[in-house]
Amino acid sequence: MSRLAQRFAESKRAGRTALVPYITAGDPDKSASVPLMHALVEAGADVLELGVPFSDPTADGAVIQQACERALKHGTTLADVLAMVREFRAQDARTPVVLMGYLNPLEAFGLKAFVTAAAEAGVDGVLTVDMPPEEAEPLAGLLRARGLDPVFLLAPTTDAARLKRICETAAGFVYYVSLKGVTGAANLDVAAVRRRLESVRRTTRLPVGVGFGVRDAHTAAQLAGMADAVVVGSAIVGRIAEFQSQRRDMLTKVGAFVRELRQAMDAARA
Amino acid sequence: MSRPLKQTASFRESLRRLPDAGGHFGVYGGRFVAETLMGPVEDLRAAYEQCRRDADFQAELQRDLRDYVGRPSPLYLAQRLTAECQGARIYLKREDLNHTGAHKINNALGQALLAKRMGKTRLIAETGAGQHGVATATVAARFGFECVVYMGEADMHRQAINVYRMKLLGATVVPVTSGSRTLKDALNEAMRDWVANVDNTFYVIGTVAGPHPYPMMVRDFHACIGEEARQQVLSAEGRLPDALVACVGGGSNAIGLFHAFLDDDVRLYGVEAGGEGLASGKHAASLTAGRSGVLHGNRTYLLEDEAGQIRETHSISAGLDYPGVGPEHAWLKDIGRVTYDTITDSQALQAFHALTRHEGIMPALESAHAVAYTMQLAPTMRGDQIIIVNLSGRGDKDIHTVASHEGIEL
Ligand SMILES: Cc1ncc(COP(=O)(O)O)c(C=O)c1O
Repeated sequence: MSRLAQRFAESKRAGRTALVPYITAGDPDKSASVPLMHALVEAGADVLELGVPFSDPTADGAVIQQACERALKHGTTLADVLAMVREFRAQDARTPVVLMGYLNPLEAFGLKAFVTAAAEAGVDGVLTVDMPPEEAEPLAGLLRARGLDPVFLLAPTTDAARLKRICETAAGFVYYVSLKGVTGAANLDVAAVRRRLESVRRTTRLPVGVGFGVRDAHTAAQLAGMADAVVVGSAIVGRIAEFQSQRRDMLTKVGAFVRELRQAMDAARA
Repeated sequence: MSRPLKQTASFRESLRRLPDAGGHFGVYGGRFVAETLMGPVEDLRAAYEQCRRDADFQAELQRDLRDYVGRPSPLYLAQRLTAECQGARIYLKREDLNHTGAHKINNALGQALLAKRMGKTRLIAETGAGQHGVATATVAARFGFECVVYMGEADMHRQAINVYRMKLLGATVVPVTSGSRTLKDALNEAMRDWVANVDNTFYVIGTVAGPHPYPMMVRDFHACIGEEARQQVLSAEGRLPDALVACVGGGSNAIGLFHAFLDDDVRLYGVEAGGEGLASGKHAASLTAGRSGVLHGNRTYLLEDEAGQIRETHSISAGLDYPGVGPEHAWLKDIGRVTYDTITDSQALQAFHALTRHEGIMPALESAHAVAYTMQLAPTMRGDQIIIVNLSGRGDKDIHTVASHEGIEL
């Protein structure tokens, strides 16, 4: 069983919704990411989503765009990101790590070389935002062959036929984009998400994560009752940006926010 | 009387048959967008397919191309430029004479009519030189759409006149401050707007790039350039030309001219922005100096660093300052059907002056790249041979750039 499947099974048994924080690797600089990853786990994260910085992140809002710019200013490469995962794995063998990013840096690395290096580093899943199932080969096949899960997005604009196709291609979990917009947008409609998740549930037995626009503990708690995982990105990255020049405060503040999310989600399920 | 086709051409499959159903030109093109946009681009494809075959839509488009844009644009024999070059006869396809001063309006008009059919109320666009922004703002005024144009902050400075034109036309121009603050970042921002407002908004992409169906659809809306030129040269000369030349930013004016000739025995030249020279690294020659990658919804040639990050580009002409290129050009390069080459900033400036002085026609700096290449090509050809160069736009918008390069304060 993959580390992701195992983690989702554990959460389910414990009656808990997985909390999946996102950070951009190399933001605000390369040395920050691994301590941040450990701090997130300590604060209650079940799965980590690690963003691979890209120069043209078209699906991301301003907060994550700026995180990419900071990471790239310090020359963060995909090889650096994989090195971060390896370093994290040396101390944490249990928390799944999903890379989230865009296709071009993976192709520049070489897809085969990337999949091999990612598997060796201890990556568990790869979400390539601008790679729909129609264009997913050869990457999805290469990932599966090495036991890594290709993770795909579902959106409010996804019709029934696509929903089926995506769920057949995906592994690990599917990620429902809660709104029509980019990451960090402000128009999440909880009731609409609930309705959509019902049709996703009818289509797949994969765990379903919800993200894009989860900005506070209150929203995370509302989603906790309907999803298997809640992904929180911009709200965390925004705090990293705010405290980028006070490293110790940054870990404390981010940790405190994640703890708050954790408690609210657990309370909602209790 | 047209020249017979080469024997091989008639046995070959037509080069005009692509893209395939998934929007691929060979390995290029396709759809590389976030899932949120997959539904909307599929809806767009279906709507476009329907309009393409709809007689009423086509009649409305043709009427506006004639009465509003001013088509057909003339094919003009540039006699003094021809004499200056001492070689092939040079014809200019006068897209600069279109309403708003560039080829861009052909496509903006087509997409606006499609948006109307789809019941959208808001047009958005990205722009580099401002010509596509102006064209979109123009058709938005013509049909009563709300209009928002994204433009890199750096481009807003060098194309200030076009920014003001768009505002006069009622458009909101949004400065883009992310990344390199040029065309590629404007495109990123427009895609983000589209994702968020897809219910009422139509994204009018300005070149033959983006996810399927854009490269095909934008090509089709510009194909009138080559179809007209083909008829015009046949009636003027009784035969097809020997060579076609067009500048290539995203590639829309070039594919517009080339497409009707793809299966003919006519040499095709696409001219990219060589900036300060390929060796300087400051250029925008994605086909000549780039490699295959994925950006802005399609697979194509890109200028990128070792790690796959998109590089900042440079060209004196904002409209060519783009790190990618339409996927059909990537394919045409790989199969060897089109020759892609570069012209530097200073060569383009020289050609700008040459055409202005010899013909009384001031070209856009983008088009000046094609003129410069033509001036190199013509002397290598015989006096009974024919070149058609696409004069994609007029140069009024560039007067400040030209002056400041010459140290003149206007
Ligand atoms: C006059 C003119 N020519 C050419 C271009 C380049 O675009 P494309 O390569 O799509 O024709 C532009 C773009 O703004 C333009 O304004």
